[in-house]
Amino acid sequence: MAANEKRDHGKNRTTMERESDRELIVTRIFNGPAHIVFQAWANPDLFKRWWAPKSFGLTILSCEMDIRTGGTYRLEMGHPSSEKPMAFFGRYIEVIPHTRIVWTNDDGGEDGAVTTVTFEERNGETSVVLRELYPSKKALDDAMALGSTSGFVEQFDQLDALLAA
Amino acid sequence: MVQYKTARLDTSFAALSDATRRGVLEQLGRTDASISDLADKFHMTLTGMKKHIGILEQAGLVATQKIGRVRTCRLGPRRLAEETAWIEAHRALWASRFDALDDLVEELKQKEKTDGRKRKA
Repeated sequence: MAANEKRDHGKNRTTMERESDRELIVTRIFNGPAHIVFQAWANPDLFKRWWAPKSFGLTILSCEMDIRTGGTYRLEMGHPSSEKPMAFFGRYIEVIPHTRIVWTNDDGGEDGAVTTVTFEERNGETSVVLRELYPSKKALDDAMALGSTSGFVEQFDQLDALLAA
Repeated sequence: MVQYKTARLDTSFAALSDATRRGVLEQLGRTDASISDLADKFHMTLTGMKKHIGILEQAGLVATQKIGRVRTCRLGPRRLAEETAWIEAHRALWASRFDALDDLVEELKQKEKTDGRKRKA
């Protein structure tokens, strides 16, 4: 792996955009066929090797994935800033091998997004497009913790309630 | 720098210390609106609402644009800056993830090649 760490990723940039009021989109091209890229998402042992970047201080504590249409997943990650592990869980709405995975993010409750990732192979390269569709603009704004101002709004409302009491 | 930040925070606090103005921000978080829409919604005069919008605008919390005779209000540049910063931070997370996935794809590709050769041999 030491040699791999020095590989140049410059050519294949990751892009991320707010596509609409309630959708985020992440894209990246990989130098390999779709069946290999898909395998790295669908096999839990392989998935664990890339999903939680060490440079972000994240570690995967547990990972259960029943990856088929209707199957469920549960992922627990740790971060030095949080004592409790962070749990992510949901259900696979659709799994089409080498093509597409769609899952819910039930840890977000009613405001949880639906994630769709598609794999499209062209000339031995695979284009990965990941979309996170939130149920409403507010749900996405909240997820983005846009943040300091709406935080203020809540604090002031609490203060008002306190003063009125 | 610290002073500048403090001054900006003071303006924000002043802007947010009023329940109507907080309501206006929440409303604009849902959708853009004209000053007269907002005046109606919050049961006040156009002049009163203009004053509130002026204070929010000074704090960078609201931006306004006049088209014809209508002045439309939306969330301000502060909010946009927050959004851009959030997206950049999350893009960095995905980029880091995908760099690791890129390494793994390369490894699996090599492995498939080697296994293929073994099978043929």
